Amino acid sequence: MRLNILHRTSYAYSQPQARLMQLLRMTPSSHIGQHVVDWRIDIDRDARLRYRRDGFGNETAMLYVEGPVDRITLTVAGEVLTEDTAGIVQAANEPLPPLVYLRATPLTEHDDAIATFARDVAGSGADGGSPLDRAHALNRAIGQQMRFDTGTMNVERSAAAAFGAGHGVCQDMAHVFIAGARVLGLPARYVSGHLFRRDGASDQPAAHAWAEAHVDGIGWIGFDPANAICPDDAYVRVAVGLDYREAAPVSGARTGGGVETLDVGVRVGLSQSQSQG
Amino acid sequence: MPRSGAFDEIWGASGSREGRAEFQHLADWIRDTDTAEFDRRQAAAEAAFRQLGITFAVYGQEEAAERIIPFDIVPRVFTAPEWEQLSTGLVQRVEAINAFLDDLYGAQRILKDGIVPAELVLANPQFRPLLMGARPPHGIYAHICGIDLVRTGPTDFFVLEDNARTPSGVSYMLENREAMLRLCPELFQVYDVLPVDTYPDRLRETLQSVSPRSDHPVCVLLTPGHFNSAFYEHSFLADSMGIELVEAADLEVDDDIVWMRTIDGRVRVDVVYRRIDDDYLDPLFFRPDSMLGVPGLLAAYLAGNVTLVNAPGTGIADDKAIYSYMPEIVRYYSGGDAKLPNVETYRCREPQALQYTLDNLDQLVVKLVDGSGGYGMLVGPTASRAEIEAFRAALIAEPHRYIAQPTLALSTVPTLVKDGIAPRHVDFRPFCLSGADGVSIVPGGLTRVALKEGSLVVNSSQGGGTKDSLILAPARQTIDPDGMHQTLGTMSQTMGRGMKPMQSMGRR
Repeated sequence: MRLNILHRTSYAYSQPQARLMQLLRMTPSSHIGQHVVDWRIDIDRDARLRYRRDGFGNETAMLYVEGPVDRITLTVAGEVLTEDTAGIVQAANEPLPPLVYLRATPLTEHDDAIATFARDVAGSGADGGSPLDRAHALNRAIGQQMRFDTGTMNVERSAAAAFGAGHGVCQDMAHVFIAGARVLGLPARYVSGHLFRRDGASDQPAAHAWAEAHVDGIGWIGFDPANAICPDDAYVRVAVGLDYREAAPVSGARTGGGVETLDVGVRVGLSQSQSQG
Repeated sequence: MPRSGAFDEIWGASGSREGRAEFQHLADWIRDTDTAEFDRRQAAAEAAFRQLGITFAVYGQEEAAERIIPFDIVPRVFTAPEWEQLSTGLVQRVEAINAFLDDLYGAQRILKDGIVPAELVLANPQFRPLLMGARPPHGIYAHICGIDLVRTGPTDFFVLEDNARTPSGVSYMLENREAMLRLCPELFQVYDVLPVDTYPDRLRETLQSVSPRSDHPVCVLLTPGHFNSAFYEHSFLADSMGIELVEAADLEVDDDIVWMRTIDGRVRVDVVYRRIDDDYLDPLFFRPDSMLGVPGLLAAYLAGNVTLVNAPGTGIADDKAIYSYMPEIVRYYSGGDAKLPNVETYRCREPQALQYTLDNLDQLVVKLVDGSGGYGMLVGPTASRAEIEAFRAALIAEPHRYIAQPTLALSTVPTLVKDGIAPRHVDFRPFCLSGADGVSIVPGGLTRVALKEGSLVVNSSQGGGTKDSLILAPARQTIDPDGMHQTLGTMSQTMGRGMKPMQSMGRR
């Protein structure tokens, strides 16, 4: 597919800020099944952007803005050519060995409930299930166990807390998958990105998030527990990390106090050339 | 009593109070000096320390928020050949530590070659994946290492622990020497002691040598603030190096460059000697709730615009689970055997080692792999039944978090105690500086002494004290035996540096 992505993030502050600093992980990289044709970040005021790749292989930008500033809008727009690879990620920039992704983080630490759930749904492995089968089983089961909240969430919640609550947004379900997969001995990581909705809902209130697990002999494979499928050509991978914090589209620091209001709009559509053709 | 068979560094192993051949004068000095005189001098030293504010906080003891670490008036002495043996081993070790870190954040050859188990490094929270591929100037990560050594015999030294994050204690090395020069000048007439007061200059040169910019690099010392237990040391070192002491609020990052706010405007910073742990360094990249850190500091580091001393991510090199592989690590990078051996270590993550540990808990020292300060540690021979059973349960629940070591007969040094002079167990932390021009080790270090009779735990948080550590110059060790009996105050080599009052410290 030829996907057109428009990702707008607006911050408004209750009082003028002296300085803003943001770490942006909003730029996708090309790999097999995902070719970035065009990509740009626009800021609606004077700002300096410093680009570099981080240790996870993500394309990042540091954004610096001198105040006073009471609002700012980041507009990220681009075009990506995608193919269905059955979720398999190949030839991506991978500075780190998969074993790194076995470690727990505060947001992805499993509790007894997640550990029991993961082992129950995926089997022990001794009963013939391959690691791939077990990851698929986990992916399917999370959606049955947890109710999917369609809204947005601005607070960070751990996998254990979300699993205990029995419902969550895509971010929570990705965390639960990661925690469960690591229980099963599979390296797993968080992916933030975009999803083209075939149901026509092109306008979305947030970016999407899912997970990837590493299976020996195959490599990294995407799993989207919120939709109980593996990513196909409707998905655009943007950033990966051990959890949300390391892959979040924006991490910010500001000087100036007051309250921040965030508004996010994402539009993922088919490019004109394709929809007309 | 000290552990049976413990080697005394002054008196030897005989149990007599005759000095080892090299230390006859010192043994005589100990014997001939009145205990009351020792008491008086020690009290004078401690009064001076209290006045300077050399205090530390004991975590978990709120009522005694700040205490001074007890100072012992009887010094520890190393001969020139002993120091030669130690320092060549230390250089080899810290070079290997830096080569190891450079490899881990780069090609990871040592993991690919199977020398160190990959999961031990990669799954370890002290290994920072975010920093993969970020190489600081000259490939030096651990600019300042405090290597903890113990001794069991005349030439038997072992590395007990590597401290490659933000090792502290060097201010005691310097202050203890000042106190000794002032209070026991007669010792320095008899023994030709190498000076330690070049440390601040060497540290500043080390910082400057790793600056990303060569012209007049600006170095600062970043402290978490005066509530930190080591704040005295932070202000002391900044002051003696002549660099600014700053807190996070004094720094800002703009356009990937670190700036220091001053009354004359902002000044670009090249090197940050930070005494803040990795987790708290930068809320944008690490712990988002940190109030101690500087947002964007890691961005400036990744951009190569500032050098952080030590580099973030060095904790992986002093993890106790990694420690057990240090002999292999040293051999891998230096091509030769480690000149300073490790203490034999059982990795409880390995089933056989775990079983051995569980079977011999009353004989072993058990440590948390990520513990420090003497916390999370079992000393089997002196532990109660309940303590041993608590560790047994913890070991069975999470074996990978523990290592075990035999209980060593640590060397002793005569120490002033309530009933006079008696042997007490010691360890030793020299400070190794790695800069663009190689490794530099000031001839000295921090000797910690377990003041409790028979105790092997020297940590200040657990009732340990400190001693001055004298390194003798080669060749002419003794000058004039009669000098021993000179009275106090005839020497003029006292207090050369002079402390500025706290409020004159360079805060702006």
